[in-house]
Amino acid sequence: MKIIEKAIVYGDDINTDLIIAGKYTKTLNKQDLVDHVMEDLDPEFKKKSAGGAIVVAGEYFGCGSSREQAPVALLGSGVKCVVAKSFSRIFYRNAINIGLPIVECDTSFISDGDILEYELGGTVLYDRTNGVSASITPLPDLMVSILESGGMVPFMKTYGGFEAFTKRE
Amino acid sequence: MGKTIAEKIIGNHAGYEVCAGEIALCSIDLVMMHDANGPLAVRAFREMGGENVFDPEKVVVVFDHCTPPSNEKLSNIHAFLRSFVKEQNIHFYEGGRGVCHQLVAESGWASPGSLIVGSDSHTCTYGACGTLSTGLGATDIATALLTGKLWFKVPKTLRVNLKGLLPSMCDAKDIILYTIGTLGADGCNYASVEFYGEYLEHCTEANRLTITNMVVEMGAKCGFTCHSKLGVQADPDAEYFKTVEIDLTTLEPVIAKPHTVDNMCFIREVEGIPIQQAVLGSCTNGRYEDLEQAAMILKGHHIDPGVRLLVYPASETVLRRAAASGILIDLIDAGATICTPSCGVCVGTLGGVPADGENVISTTNRNFKGRMGNNKAKIYLASPQTVAASALAGRIADPRELIV
Amino acid sequence: MENGKTFAEKILGVAAGREVRAGDVVTVYPDFCMSHENTSSICSTFSEIGAETVYDPDRIVVIFDHTVPPSTAAYANSHIKTREFIEKQHIRHFYDMDKKGGICHQIMCQEGFAAPGLITVGADSHTCTHGAMGSFSTGIGRSEMAAAWATGKLWLRVPESLKIEVSGRFRPGVVAKDLILTIAGDITASGADYMSIEYHGDGIANMSIAERMTLCNMGVELGAKNSVCKPDEKVFDYLKGKAKKEWRYIWADEGAEYRKTLYYNLDEIVPSLAMPGRVDNYAKITEFEGRRINQVFIGTCTNGRLEDLRVVNHILKGKTVRVRTIVQPASVEVFRKAISEGIVADLLDAGCVVEHPGCGPCIGVQGGVLGDGEVCVSTANRNFTGRMGSRSSEIILASPATAAACALAGAIADPRKLS
Repeated sequence: MKIIEKAIVYGDDINTDLIIAGKYTKTLNKQDLVDHVMEDLDPEFKKKSAGGAIVVAGEYFGCGSSREQAPVALLGSGVKCVVAKSFSRIFYRNAINIGLPIVECDTSFISDGDILEYELGGTVLYDRTNGVSASITPLPDLMVSILESGGMVPFMKTYGGFEAFTKRE
Repeated sequence: MGKTIAEKIIGNHAGYEVCAGEIALCSIDLVMMHDANGPLAVRAFREMGGENVFDPEKVVVVFDHCTPPSNEKLSNIHAFLRSFVKEQNIHFYEGGRGVCHQLVAESGWASPGSLIVGSDSHTCTYGACGTLSTGLGATDIATALLTGKLWFKVPKTLRVNLKGLLPSMCDAKDIILYTIGTLGADGCNYASVEFYGEYLEHCTEANRLTITNMVVEMGAKCGFTCHSKLGVQADPDAEYFKTVEIDLTTLEPVIAKPHTVDNMCFIREVEGIPIQQAVLGSCTNGRYEDLEQAAMILKGHHIDPGVRLLVYPASETVLRRAAASGILIDLIDAGATICTPSCGVCVGTLGGVPADGENVISTTNRNFKGRMGNNKAKIYLASPQTVAASALAGRIADPRELIV
Repeated sequence: MENGKTFAEKILGVAAGREVRAGDVVTVYPDFCMSHENTSSICSTFSEIGAETVYDPDRIVVIFDHTVPPSTAAYANSHIKTREFIEKQHIRHFYDMDKKGGICHQIMCQEGFAAPGLITVGADSHTCTHGAMGSFSTGIGRSEMAAAWATGKLWLRVPESLKIEVSGRFRPGVVAKDLILTIAGDITASGADYMSIEYHGDGIANMSIAERMTLCNMGVELGAKNSVCKPDEKVFDYLKGKAKKEWRYIWADEGAEYRKTLYYNLDEIVPSLAMPGRVDNYAKITEFEGRRINQVFIGTCTNGRLEDLRVVNHILKGKTVRVRTIVQPASVEVFRKAISEGIVADLLDAGCVVEHPGCGPCIGVQGGVLGDGEVCVSTANRNFTGRMGSRSSEIILASPATAAACALAGAIADPRKLS
């Protein structure tokens, strides 16, 4: 699965309240989340992400709450992938579980609007606009399988559990 | 080689010895969900084809984030989760009983050596009880509900040595805010943290819960306040990726300034900033001992007329005890507003949303922009003592100045 | 001899400085003008009409109760706007969210704003509650309130009167709420439209002030402009050292002319319900016993007083509720006394949720909103569709005693069977 989208660049410490405020999270309707995604950080975000985008950030993206609504809102708004120098633990897990690919690598060379290219499970993130690429530690097979399935829900439907991966880890 | 507490507990739940960095499939002792993220977990559980939870005895649902509900959307979400509780015959705390982490700690679920996952990032609170507990997203919770098992990366461990005892009017909250401020909000990302020191031998369980509650604010997966009576201990030769020393004897009241928890400073740097709202409560500082600390400062005085002081006891048991001992009356007489045990104020879903441009001083654990429901308000985090002193003064105030 | 005068004719005549009869229009200076969170909206109208300073700040009473503590930033901002107005206009009778606070009508009586012979108006329909203290009290609109702030004056049409003569004493398990629900069923929701309801008789004299407040509170549910009970020693004692203004005893003359006179014997009143949708949708409790419910709500300006909480606690103490039961005292003073008396502890032990004093649940804006299809037994005064939340939820009005019995049963239950 190859992802080619334009970058929307933010800084460090983008927390879950900035991604989706707690007052909006108490819902089972994904559209409610999408309506308010990133609104305290960037009111223009929805316009930028519509039709596809890669969110690029610095250190510690997604810190804060365990709310899975954060990656769900990003995915729902058209974000195909999040690239950051580092992620908070829970956001990292949540993103994979709901089928939002994430890439941990240097992002300092990426400018807003650059076209980025990433092959799921691959070892390189390529910036088509400036020709620079960053190396990535590849994701373990299990995580790639979850992402390829479209998240943990379809993964569980397909595999019924983790047993198929126990030996490989 | 010796094992850290995290390695021991994860190993016990995987069925074989593990070391930091390994990935282990663990059996879960308890899955905790609340009314904010629980409904998403239930939906994911259904989507996975789930019919019955792996063990109804090992699942608990608590209504605390949106209770009692302030709009019908929340009421309907409650109804949805209630029907799941009934169908699955799982443990349930209806709205008003208290904040999930307090109830799990109070009710004895969190036993030493057990492994608990929760749909809330502050699930790490039970580390004070010797439990490896950690917060997860809805889909992870759904997987745990279905299989009773989850994958864990065994975390490396940070050791924090607390030297000496705290000066008067300093609190466990100051210790953890100072630690986070020193190490940074990602200073312990994905790791476990073990706190040691004489202070932990003498302090209350409430103090220990305050410390472990906030370890997630430096990115930790879990944290433990180690003392001689804790039912699980690390080996003396366990390996730590880093050891830091914090001298408690010279600690001063600290504040986390807006809009990040690690934006820490000593109180003298922000003293005098006017406040309009003070919040005492939450899973961080809503225990009886916290209310008592505040009441000792407030008793016989009245809060500044320009300040609202909201008190959210962490559980009904806490409220009940405060009513019986008289401190609830002391708080009311000092001008406090006593609210239903719940945690909506901290996440801006229920009562206590600040107005535009207002400053809030709060004993809660997060001060992100918009956290309390208004992105034009500023939140300062502090100890119960500092919050009480500030409510009296109408501005950020040093509780030590109250002692003559 | 000329016919005697009703209470409304007498008090409005005194206020207008001339003889008046039902149907006349008078201009009066209300003694107190009360508003709650809608103050911020009144402020806007006040400036729209070009006013700058209020006529008399000491006649204005502002009480926060509908959204305390605020559950949205908009509510919080509205509070700020009001606080700024209060400060600017030097309004000293301001009840913010603090230890003196509570539901507006409770505060107006508890703090001595309502007293015999006084006129109080409020930007809330249940302002008629204050008539329990012997005042002429009625709800007015926001624009009217803005005008009253600016000029101090208000026009009122002198209402015709309905006399309700009450005798006897309630049987065990029956309280004032059952009487007013019975009256609503008998005369319908428009049975006293535009009228002044006067409560007379030994049945009223036997009642506590709290019970009289329950009766008067629901006058507007019958369409009444105001309700009033004959003030007596209980009221005079209550007001000692508390009255915010000098008051004078005014009561109807013998031989006054009434549109209608109704007679009720309290011995005959039984536990009553207003079934969903309309306040006059009357039923005896025996008709619906056993019907399942999802929530019980005890509180509000109708039934959130200490006396009500005592009745509830008497039934719940030592037992456990079977549905979620929300108890919300009518004021911080009530809350404080309930804590001191041990009632709060008992109610918590019985499994109740005790909320901060306020009135949000009754109008579906704060803690206790109903979801789709849920049924709530409430001690409040209105059961209109959607009032407490979802349009498909249902509200059944009942007394505190009945509500407590229902909480224990998880269904409609008769409190008489518990005693």
